[in-house]
Amino acid sequence: MSKFQKKTAKTKQGVPTSAMPDVVFMLLIFFMVTTVLREVELQVQIDYTLAENIEKIEQKRLVSYIYIGPERLGGGRLGETRVQIDDALIDDMGAIRNIMYDKLMEEPRLIVSLRVDRDSEFGIITDVQQELRHAGTLRINYSTRREI
Amino acid sequence: MLKRDRNREAPEINGSSLADIAFLLLIFFLVVTTIDVDTGIGLVLPPIPDDIEPPPVRERNLMNILVNAQGMVLINEQPAAIAEVRQRVKDFVDNNGVDPNLSETPDDAIVSIKTDRRTPYNVYIDMLDEVMGAYEELRHQASMDRFGIPYSSLEDNSIQQDEIREMYPKRISIAEPDEG
Repeated sequence: MSKFQKKTAKTKQGVPTSAMPDVVFMLLIFFMVTTVLREVELQVQIDYTLAENIEKIEQKRLVSYIYIGPERLGGGRLGETRVQIDDALIDDMGAIRNIMYDKLMEEPRLIVSLRVDRDSEFGIITDVQQELRHAGTLRINYSTRREI
Repeated sequence: MLKRDRNREAPEINGSSLADIAFLLLIFFLVVTTIDVDTGIGLVLPPIPDDIEPPPVRERNLMNILVNAQGMVLINEQPAAIAEVRQRVKDFVDNNGVDPNLSETPDDAIVSIKTDRRTPYNVYIDMLDEVMGAYEELRHQASMDRFGIPYSSLEDNSIQQDEIREMYPKRISIAEPDEG
């Protein structure tokens, strides 16, 4: 009896952990692959302008973005200046009004952040702003980086 | 009895891989977190006018800034350098009726910004930045005089901040774009 018990006490009790790093790395790679870093896939090229007197938008959930810049074509080429809201390029400027109006209904304190490429011409921004005025989304923000 | 206890291995969970898990989480959050804070120049667009004539504004209370297609800044139809804009706006807003050509009170002063369809965006932002900077400096000065602390240190939506804002309201108007 005593002999049998001594034997059980000597058996190794720990779970083998040598494979643990492998599991951890597998998880790491899994998350790295699956996590979507950007909420939207940018289809336009945006190079931000710099400014000094900028303010931070603290409440990120109030913000809706409009991207304006040259369209990214294949092979690193750039096309015409286009407007992108969420994931789609806007073909008809008049559609912006309805899109933004719907967003405003969902969030009355909406701030529209205009992320515009620095080399754009102002005409397209004027068009977008007119649409925003029609939609009633009057709070806007020109997205800029801090000038150092 | 005693002997048997001494021989038994203390039951414990192997904790050596805890560090791995911690590192995993650390890396995961490092990767996922976007440090990119939204910064920019805030502005409120004017609502679409409903056939009501806008209230008349006296000439002296209006400062017209035009950025034309060549990226030139014109203040009241006179060409000006971008670096000049800040001081011009400050003089204009904080005139308090001294100069008959400039605003009567900071409350009446309106900075009207007009652009052309071919205006380069970065010039427009540079100009807007200067205008914002002018207001920021005026507010900073007022805050230092009144409360002895910089405007940026005032608590958000506090009475003091509202008071300074009342003193120098940002009356920036985006002019109606020209047709065509």
